[in-house]
Amino acid sequence: MALGGKGNLRGEATVDLHNPDPFAAYDPGRFFCELGAGRAGDQGAGAILRQRIAEIGLAGLRARARAAERDLIDLGITFTVYSDATAIDRILPFDCIPRIITAAEWAHLEAGVRQRVAALNAFLDDIYHRRRIIEEGVVPADLVLGNPNYRPEMEDFPVRFGTYVHICGIDLVRDEEGTFRVLEDNARTPSGVSYVVENRHLMLRAFPDLMEGMRLRPVDDYGMRLRAAMVEIAPAGVDDPRVVLLSPGIYNSAYFEHVFLAREMGVPLVEGADLVVENERVFMRTTAGLRPVHTIYRRIGDDFLDPEVFRPDTMLGVPGLIGAWRRGNVALANAVGTGVADDKAIYAYMPRIIRFYLDEEAILPNVETHICRERDGLAYTLDHLAQLVIKPVGESGGYGITIGPRASAAELEQARAALLADPANWISQPVIGLSVGPTLTEEGLRPRHLDLRPFAVTGRESWVLPGGLSRVALKEGSLIVNSSQGGGSKDTWVLAGETP
Amino acid sequence: MTPQPLLARYAEGLFWMARYLERVENLARLIDVTQSFESAGREAEAWYALVRINADEEDFARRGGAATPEAVKRFYLLDADNPTSIPGSMEAARTNARTLRPLISTEMWKGLNQFHRAVMAIAPADLEGDSLSRLCARLKEGIQAHTGITEGTLFRDQGWHFYALGRLIERADQTTRLLDIKYHLLVPAGHEERRLAELTQWGGVLRAAAGYHAFRRVSGASFGAADVVGFLLADGSFPRSVLLSLEEIDRHLTLLRTRYGLRGIARALERAEEMRAALEARTAERIIAEGLHEFLDGLQRDLIQLAAEIGTAFFRDWRPLAAA
Repeated sequence: MALGGKGNLRGEATVDLHNPDPFAAYDPGRFFCELGAGRAGDQGAGAILRQRIAEIGLAGLRARARAAERDLIDLGITFTVYSDATAIDRILPFDCIPRIITAAEWAHLEAGVRQRVAALNAFLDDIYHRRRIIEEGVVPADLVLGNPNYRPEMEDFPVRFGTYVHICGIDLVRDEEGTFRVLEDNARTPSGVSYVVENRHLMLRAFPDLMEGMRLRPVDDYGMRLRAAMVEIAPAGVDDPRVVLLSPGIYNSAYFEHVFLAREMGVPLVEGADLVVENERVFMRTTAGLRPVHTIYRRIGDDFLDPEVFRPDTMLGVPGLIGAWRRGNVALANAVGTGVADDKAIYAYMPRIIRFYLDEEAILPNVETHICRERDGLAYTLDHLAQLVIKPVGESGGYGITIGPRASAAELEQARAALLADPANWISQPVIGLSVGPTLTEEGLRPRHLDLRPFAVTGRESWVLPGGLSRVALKEGSLIVNSSQGGGSKDTWVLAGETP
Repeated sequence: MTPQPLLARYAEGLFWMARYLERVENLARLIDVTQSFESAGREAEAWYALVRINADEEDFARRGGAATPEAVKRFYLLDADNPTSIPGSMEAARTNARTLRPLISTEMWKGLNQFHRAVMAIAPADLEGDSLSRLCARLKEGIQAHTGITEGTLFRDQGWHFYALGRLIERADQTTRLLDIKYHLLVPAGHEERRLAELTQWGGVLRAAAGYHAFRRVSGASFGAADVVGFLLADGSFPRSVLLSLEEIDRHLTLLRTRYGLRGIARALERAEEMRAALEARTAERIIAEGLHEFLDGLQRDLIQLAAEIGTAFFRDWRPLAAA
């Protein structure tokens, strides 16, 4: 046991009356608590953390949390909301009570994420080449070929190492039994990793006493790993390939993350107008003239990449980029056309997709999913509308969702009409009693629902950043953790295993 | 390690960020000296001179204000929609800094963010009475803090030189404007009383440029207009003199060529050298005799040309400075 510092290992209260136990009124109810007393395998870290939080006390937590949020604004660790031409920098609300993942839990999650990424890549490689999975009737052809994110431009085009999804974020939730389940795959341009690293830095600055002696897996090397993968996937035969990060620019709400990643990788952050294609090669405009570019980590969607191939009205992309890519002169991460794999409609088939390519069972189970395009799925959904979460396929950000048990009669009728009008556009899932973590609120420490988005980086092989982004629904009872819908985030502590 | 290439857009952003910030500091200096020039009955004239030397007559008129001291102060200290105001320049500087975040130090960005917040919070009460001078001092100090952070943290690659070029060109330009404001308020010579009043004003100009004590050290026991003009334009050691700025510009351009192999610098270098030669060829007495205002105008035009030559050679899409 390498845990030192304050607090006693049994978590016995040593607080006085002037500083009442902030956990006194904390009750997770029927939900799995991520900081529950006596969690298996946490090496006593949870008890020590609770003890230390109690010692700081609610007033101390609040004062430090306010200072920390001020710090985030000054450092510009923000997403930007634009209205009437004024830029408003908002921080992703930060909750200072960390979430703990044990070494054993992480080993399981890491294996599950690697498996999932391997299956997504195998699936993409297959559907853009031989289409065995369609031929063998595992996934319906029209779900793939009729998917708006399917890109014919990708057909028969080889990508290095068969890797299409270089950066992947897998959204996980934990049910009432504590089982991690996959809620969604993000295989296009998943965001949020900057907050994982910045939250850790913030904790180290503002709460060094909570972290003292805790043996945690580090998160700092994300940028180096990402850069290494970007170098690996560069066109073969290029010495010292030049990597850039392509951003839509300062008006994008995730601009801070683009800045963060460019800095952590040590590569230029470029906008479309900084790049130019000549003779099917990509160059960037520098003070010394045009300089070649070999790998582009792009944080803009497929549609905006190249006005000559996709949307002609976009100013964000680079004319001729897809041509240069198809000539093999530049690598793109993620590859074009990965959106077909992270679609909510395909998601339902993921356990079968994993079995088909890897001959393994899914390490991380899906949430039970009813596919409304299938007769049985639609019938079940219509019969159990009030108990299910109804989700449109192909949307993101928590939009368009109806949560049956919380919906009014009118809202349920609206959902029913939408389902009947276009069944293929919908899936349904049971309401998961998401796990909770103690969260600092106006009333004190209260349980709030969490999810977890681990990030995997894949060049030749996959590497998974220990932990991931823990998002927290700050509103009481809310299950929606998206930042656009009032969510915040927490530092995620992956405990290092016992050292022999 | 081979030097990293610098995106043309970043070079441009650094150049402009530095210019806008230098402008904030200098505008604070101009406002401060204008206040000290106020004399009973001529307040409006003193303040309107600020509008004239910034060539803002049209914009100012368009905003419909009478040329009162209050209107001029509001125009430069509160009006964020006026691109030549302090809030306007600060906003532009921060927008540039935002695009430069991958390049500038975290400490620079944090400092600019905090200072930006302070500038946006300038209130009408800050413009009144003795508050104004304190406000000007805070504004100068805010930029000086930025300058210090930058000196101590900005990586000294190509980008540093473009940052320095922007600051130096703006500084040289602003020094000519500081001199020009005195020209606009020049009192007819002859009377002893007026001569003394004029000396007080020249002292004010020197103080606004933070050069009063240095000037006293290098000048004789008594001084005249030509001494001050010569000092601000052509002293080789005074950090805000036009000549020293030009020498520094020359040095940075030369380093961009020798250290980073940038071509296309010849025209800008030539321009800077011509300007130096023109300054060194004339005594201050001669400049005044031939027309100080016209000479300053010529310097300002040359600086615009110099900036345009740098822009054409290195920036992605050059556009002339709107309010130069």
